[in-house]
Amino acid sequence: MKTAVSVEVVVLLAGLLFALGIVGVIIRKNIIFMLLSVEIMLNASGLAFVAAGSRWGQPDGQVMFVFILAMAAAEVSIGLALILQIYHQHKSLDIDNLKEMNG
Amino acid sequence: MEIAFYIAGTVAVAATWMVITRHNPVHALLYLNVSLLAHAMLFYLLGASFAALLEIIIYAGAIMVLFIFVVMLLNLGKETAEQERKWLKPKVWVGPTVLAAILFAEFLALVLSSGQGAYSPAVVSPRELATALYREYLIGVELAAMLLMAAVVGAAHIGRHKKLVLHRFLQEEKEKEEEKHEEAVL
Repeated sequence: MKTAVSVEVVVLLAGLLFALGIVGVIIRKNIIFMLLSVEIMLNASGLAFVAAGSRWGQPDGQVMFVFILAMAAAEVSIGLALILQIYHQHKSLDIDNLKEMNG
Repeated sequence: MEIAFYIAGTVAVAATWMVITRHNPVHALLYLNVSLLAHAMLFYLLGASFAALLEIIIYAGAIMVLFIFVVMLLNLGKETAEQERKWLKPKVWVGPTVLAAILFAEFLALVLSSGQGAYSPAVVSPRELATALYREYLIGVELAAMLLMAAVVGAAHIGRHKKLVLHRFLQEEKEKEEEKHEEAVL
């Protein structure tokens, strides 16, 4: 199926979603919500890649999206394992409790 | 089909906004799922049907299940929602939101001044995608495989519960420490 929208609109949509993801990462204190916001940002960049790929009729955009997908899956599995460990050790998901890491 | 694109884009933005403002983790997850489905619709309208398929199967199917499992394991419920409500005060979120809005406005101005104009997206078939993926990007596929392997091993290692076997004196000390910690948390 084809649609005729301008490139700007698609890129702006991706930018808006990315900005929402940034806001989510900054304003939330719960680490699960921060991970969700990172997912939003990854998705937005994937949308920009797919839009660019379809703009030039090349498969590279979708290839990059596949790589983003693999990276997101890896990131989520590690991140959620870390969240489980943090919860077991601190009984809380508040990132302010992790100050002792001093990293 | 522009109208379908605009509707799907509006749904995606609205659902994403709901994700970052909800108090209850499960509600946020469900909104994120809606947002991912809207993304899939956008991909389909952009002529990337295979990406839309992957978005639904892997993102909305697999990754969201991981999140839901973790929320279930941590037993996050009403208390978490209450806590979030306490944390999410306007004085906390106004500043970052305004700053992000400024960045987005800059981006908006830059993109709108580029003057690319309308285009009709080319449909990239799964066949082309697979050819590119396994020919030019073969090394990337192998690296992604290694990344996933490392992620699986790492997650298994990090998620493992360490069984602590302590001498009973140390055990008592540890319990005291935990009590202290709990008091501090409360």
